[in-house]
Amino acid sequence: MSIQQIAFLIVLIVTASLASKLYGRVIRNIRLGKDIEPLREQDEGRRWLNVFLVALGQKKMFKRIIPALLHAAIYVAFLFTQIELIEIIADGLTGKHRVFAPFLGNLYPVIISAIELLSLAAFAATLAFIWRRNVAKVARFQQSEMRGWPSWDANIILFGEILLIIGIFTMNMADSVLQIIDPSHYVQTGTFLISGHLGPALMGSWDPDLLGVMERFGWWLHFLVVCGFLLYLPISKHLHILFAFPNTWFASVSPKGQMKNMPEVMVEVKSMLGLTEDTGSMSEDIPEFGAQDVQDLTWKNIMDAYTCTECGRCTSVCPAHITGKKLSPRKIMMDVRDRATEIGKNLDSGNLTFRNEEARKNNHPLTSQNYADDRSLFDYITREELHACTSCNACVEACPVLINPLDIILQMRRYEILTESAGPTDWLPMFNSLENNGAVWAMSADRDAWTATDSQ
Amino acid sequence: MEVPRYSERVAKGESPEILFWVGCAGSYDPRAQRVTVAFVKILNSLDIDYAILGKEEQCTGDPARRAGNEFVFQMLALQNIETLNTYGVKKIVTTCPHCFNVIKNEYPALGGEYEVLHHTQLLQSLIQEERLSLEAGTDKIVYHDSCFLGRANGEFAAPRDVLNQLTTDMVEMGRNREKGLCCGAGGAQMFKEDEPGDKRINVERTEEAIATNASAIAVNCPFCLTMLSDGLKAKDKQEEIMVYDLSELIVNNMQL
Repeated sequence: MSIQQIAFLIVLIVTASLASKLYGRVIRNIRLGKDIEPLREQDEGRRWLNVFLVALGQKKMFKRIIPALLHAAIYVAFLFTQIELIEIIADGLTGKHRVFAPFLGNLYPVIISAIELLSLAAFAATLAFIWRRNVAKVARFQQSEMRGWPSWDANIILFGEILLIIGIFTMNMADSVLQIIDPSHYVQTGTFLISGHLGPALMGSWDPDLLGVMERFGWWLHFLVVCGFLLYLPISKHLHILFAFPNTWFASVSPKGQMKNMPEVMVEVKSMLGLTEDTGSMSEDIPEFGAQDVQDLTWKNIMDAYTCTECGRCTSVCPAHITGKKLSPRKIMMDVRDRATEIGKNLDSGNLTFRNEEARKNNHPLTSQNYADDRSLFDYITREELHACTSCNACVEACPVLINPLDIILQMRRYEILTESAGPTDWLPMFNSLENNGAVWAMSADRDAWTATDSQ
Repeated sequence: MEVPRYSERVAKGESPEILFWVGCAGSYDPRAQRVTVAFVKILNSLDIDYAILGKEEQCTGDPARRAGNEFVFQMLALQNIETLNTYGVKKIVTTCPHCFNVIKNEYPALGGEYEVLHHTQLLQSLIQEERLSLEAGTDKIVYHDSCFLGRANGEFAAPRDVLNQLTTDMVEMGRNREKGLCCGAGGAQMFKEDEPGDKRINVERTEEAIATNASAIAVNCPFCLTMLSDGLKAKDKQEEIMVYDLSELIVNNMQL
């Protein structure tokens, strides 16, 4: 086993163990949420369709053609470069060089050439994205929630993509020259479309030793950046490249206008209306309804938050946001994610002050079930934001990965009204007349009085 | 005017084919009442077998549910379902997309399953069956999607089909269909003051409609009707541009 093989193996093992820890945390944070209703078998086809069209096919991205094409360039390059990545891992483990070449024969240079072409397009697209964010300052990246880390996060990823592409081309260019001058050590693959010409033109006169170093440099750079990416994703908006798939699968296939029923309320209302005989089963505790914190949301709501790539399509179409109100659906998603992450960090700290009263009394260890702090989602999301929503579903429609910010807003409104008996005072007369008169307005006239109006 | 009640029809041992759900706005709001009357005129003139609940109808509970008040919503919904199921109602048509959405999508979970149509869907099928024939004029009319018929339920075609029978010059705003901009009334916003901001949502939408140079705005929702009418007043255009529900345009067209 060569030193290089050992180094490779160590990097691979360290990356894998760190990754399992970091991704484990994200999954634990998502599972802070409540269970979702069981998926219905008859919806399976539509769910697969969502995965294929929306996640894999990026259908919703194409509502805005320019970013869609730029994004597609990077995405397709990413997909195809996986072939080269698998080869890099195989080479790294076996200590061989371009292990796929003998198997694939004449097809090998075609595949590598395709990857090179796609990488070139991805390179151009990445530069365009850097320009859009930092020079052209596209409006939807400039809202207040994007200041600081979110803006850094986006640029770090774009910079990483540049490094990945530099790695691939450096490796292939040096290799192309080495194949010519040192055929006994470098497997003959046939000419690569870009580096096969660019390599000899730029590096043709270089010293073979230097070329060998450059080839290894490109190879290691690509591999290390991939490992870095993998470990960076769980703390980044870029997690969508993995989560887009489960998230589109679990997304609701009901009409967007449909709000989830609350069966726990139905029991009480039915007994109040005398529609059921059984009133003895009602719990003694004062129940809590709606969502005060991420634990009251479903795990799908929290997965939505971790899937969010902060693109701001939701916010840019939100009527409340467009007219200068405080609401930004993207911020709602970022807040849910940040709150879940905060709880996760506190759980990891093992600090026993984060146990609820009962667990402290019984001296139970800290778990996600007995977690309590003095904070909630309402420390992140203000009531003004919740009250500005028109439930128009524009944000839901706009999301390229089927995130539903509206569902979270409505669950928090339920908490405010049902559990806190708070909410906009303007709504009180409406609630009163609904309860007393069965109409949104307090009217003295009969509901069918309009029939007396003769023609107009 | 002659409007059959469901209770009277059932007492006679008849079961009307379709229940017309009038809704709070259609019952009480003076402007929306005109839409109700217009729709009834169409139903009457085409001898549709329908009836209304009249005093037995209550709010569907939509604004309460979207405000977060599930108790009030379920109280109303369960009472309405009780009424509808007692009468054995099978098919419902309504001129309000909020009522449409709630009865169609949310009443089933509470025990109320019906075939639910928005009035523009019924009008579309009446046109397709050639029971309703209209003569297309040349007025430039811009169509505004309501969120609860459009995005919420994916119905973009029916109201456009109807409008295309009424005019040869239907125009769209930039934000239409899935991208349609809300009028600002949904989510119980209709019943509260706006949160602080730069502008009212209805004004933003009305400006977009005005920019099309249409002489009228066609809507399918009583709350959009109010919001866009207010928007026109805010822009001092209420004399030049009118907001109509599609059923009103039909009544004008048929000269009923």
